[in-house]
Amino acid sequence: MGKHLMKGNEAVIYGALLGGATHYFGYPITPASEIAHAAANLFPRCGKHFLQAECEVSSISMLYGAAAAGARVITGSSGPGLSLMAEGLSYLSGSELPCVVVDVQRAGPGLGYIWPEQADYNFIVHGAGHGSHSGVVLAPNSAQEMCDFTYKAFELAERYRCTVFVLSDAYIGQIMEPVDLPRQIQSNPHKDWALYGDAESRHNLLSSIYLKMEELEGHNQHLQDKYRRMAEEIVDFEEFETADADYLFVAYGITSRICHSAQQLLRNKGIKVGMLRPKTLFPFPDVRLRELAGQLKKIIVAELSNGQMVRDVRLAVEGRVPVDLYNWMGGRIPSTEEIVHRLEAETGGL
Amino acid sequence: MLAGVKPSCFFMENKEMHTIKHQKARSLYPTFERKAPGAEVSHYCPGCGHGTVHNLIAEAIDDLGIQDRVVFCSPVGCSVFAYYYFDVGNIQCAHGRAPAVASAIRRTHDDAIVISYQGDGDLAGIGMSQIVHAANRGENITVFFINNAIYGMTGGQMAPTTILNQKTVTTPSGRHAANEGFPIGISEIINSLHAPVFVERVSLATAPKVMKARMAIRKALRNQVDKKGFSLVEILSPCPVNWKMTAVESRRWLEENLEPVFPVGNLRDLAKGPFDRVDRKKAGRVSDRKILEILGVDEKEVHTSSIHLKEEQNVKIAGFGGQGVLSTGILLANCAIAEGLQTTWLPSYGAEMRGGTANASVNISHEAIGSPIVSFPNVLMAMNLPSLDAFEDTVRPGGCILVNSSMVPRQVRRTDVAAYHIPATDMANNIGSPQIANVILLTVYALVSGAITLETLQKVIPLSIKRKNLVNINMKAIEAGIAWLEENRK
Repeated sequence: MGKHLMKGNEAVIYGALLGGATHYFGYPITPASEIAHAAANLFPRCGKHFLQAECEVSSISMLYGAAAAGARVITGSSGPGLSLMAEGLSYLSGSELPCVVVDVQRAGPGLGYIWPEQADYNFIVHGAGHGSHSGVVLAPNSAQEMCDFTYKAFELAERYRCTVFVLSDAYIGQIMEPVDLPRQIQSNPHKDWALYGDAESRHNLLSSIYLKMEELEGHNQHLQDKYRRMAEEIVDFEEFETADADYLFVAYGITSRICHSAQQLLRNKGIKVGMLRPKTLFPFPDVRLRELAGQLKKIIVAELSNGQMVRDVRLAVEGRVPVDLYNWMGGRIPSTEEIVHRLEAETGGL
Repeated sequence: MLAGVKPSCFFMENKEMHTIKHQKARSLYPTFERKAPGAEVSHYCPGCGHGTVHNLIAEAIDDLGIQDRVVFCSPVGCSVFAYYYFDVGNIQCAHGRAPAVASAIRRTHDDAIVISYQGDGDLAGIGMSQIVHAANRGENITVFFINNAIYGMTGGQMAPTTILNQKTVTTPSGRHAANEGFPIGISEIINSLHAPVFVERVSLATAPKVMKARMAIRKALRNQVDKKGFSLVEILSPCPVNWKMTAVESRRWLEENLEPVFPVGNLRDLAKGPFDRVDRKKAGRVSDRKILEILGVDEKEVHTSSIHLKEEQNVKIAGFGGQGVLSTGILLANCAIAEGLQTTWLPSYGAEMRGGTANASVNISHEAIGSPIVSFPNVLMAMNLPSLDAFEDTVRPGGCILVNSSMVPRQVRRTDVAAYHIPATDMANNIGSPQIANVILLTVYALVSGAITLETLQKVIPLSIKRKNLVNINMKAIEAGIAWLEENRK
């Protein structure tokens, strides 16, 4: 099996096409633009649709239209683009249309800059746009996972009729690594709720309007039930040396790569550090964190934001263990050594 | 007179027309549940134009025999509930976004008949971007634009098409150009674009004008059936309730006040769209096997040898932008893959970017690589002085620094690292291209580190460069690197 050296952003498009994607709509933005470049190159050659929209408001509306028509749709963007998509994301959730949205997080707020941050967490994980809604949030930490997570995102989106976010960051988008491509192309199944412009689907209506209060309440309950079901069925995470750990790093995306290196160095120094990396941020691995909480002296959440995931970790452990935040903002990335020294200093060496 | 009940209701004014049997269009539901269970009248206000237009569209759908194929995109506004009336495929869209939604449906099903039905706030206000770009792409869709110069559903606020001095709840003393600008002529804007095939403005002021509207609506739909391209019909339509008039007064006001600002008539009717559309069915489906081939899923790996690394390689390659720093890193990473090793490549980015230099971080290891960021390299390739200045002190003791001494007028100061001062650019120029200086450096690195073999480098280079006539010169660069090291090791 050939391994292909490619950027995380490019790997998204390989994962998408092998995952059965039929349409890409998007608007360029650094540091996500290579996703659109790869899509523009590969989608038409593979007989699929690529269209550069006039803005992100339109691109997400195009996802809405194509998803309603039964397509497998994907877009890629970064923070400022996601802000513009908030409207469409809410409508997609309200109408229960499946789609895949990749966010290559950059530093904010406002224009900020193109360096990496993880500060879209609150916005993406806790419901981008108005109303009580969310979607599956996958958190890749390598080019391989950019491909693999996108590959499986379409099936998840259709299973739950929801948006699946691939929440990465500027580093995971820009990194080049060898990628093993999936061998099978997924097919796009017929959906009995979609609009195909034919007699069979003529009576279908895709809408998020509910004129009766009790119906809208019921719709909301239905969405929340769906989110609870996701928590039971698809929560995913990776653990390193947690069995005897006194300290636990919790991190995702690029930060998890750095923390994993730090965790190994600290183990070499005799400090019992383990690590939990959420692969799904929604649903969040709160049950497992609560289980681990009892044995730990401290949890350290490392993230490139003002401390957003840390709140979910604190909620999960319900005060059973202190939860510290190591955070960086504005694009700065810690070195492995910085994290090692900081925890070493706190623990007094051992 | 309840629009939405009886098609072409204005004929009722002529008593001789009473003998005409009015039959509801098949494309409309028999009863209108939005109004009430079993209701035969619409929820629209008395005298409203929506019902008339709904009827005209439904009749056209019937007559064209396209009911099963229609996907109707309803907007935000009074006609948000169009799906209660049209017995076709229905989708409700966010405010102003229907043309983008319709464009995507168009690009999903070639034979669907995609209708975007929008009011003036929806299309000319919040959705101006979406309509202009859908029109500019010449999407083969049909847009019905109901212009009643006011926001209906939200309670009579100013619309982009509200005329000067017209009073609304948000222009209580009338619309003033100095504050709110002028009413927008959508048909004229759309007609300024190349792609649309049909643009017509019609009016519902009188029965003969309704007949003209009927013709325009049919034409706009037929164009889509014939795959001609983008058609828009702007329909000047009464809103008696928000205009605070009776139904009869509103028609007169429409004719006397709106029509002079928005002249009715055909603005464009092309026999053929300005470009040929790609017929995907004729172009043929791309088979899964072909897709796997395009994506290189079955490509054979270039696997030359299995190397045992003395230690994990954390390489920083730095120089001016344009010196091929990033591509040298990619070449090194590709060689590592060929050696069966793990590797990561990261461009200069964020906090890694300093001193105005471009740099690439490459890690090579037997194990899965944790942090891809090289803060403290054990190998530095410095292609210019700022790079050496920036990164010399970060190199770990015992590491090595390779300097392109043609570009760097000083020696490495560190004494705890191995230093190689290679006049790579001068050597490259002698061979014939300054571009290959990096390959000379990479060759020396391969020899002194043992992290990659020359055999691999020779196999990977031809696969990595686009201009195949440069393969030979790159091979000469490798020979030059070998020769330099032999000479300077003595």
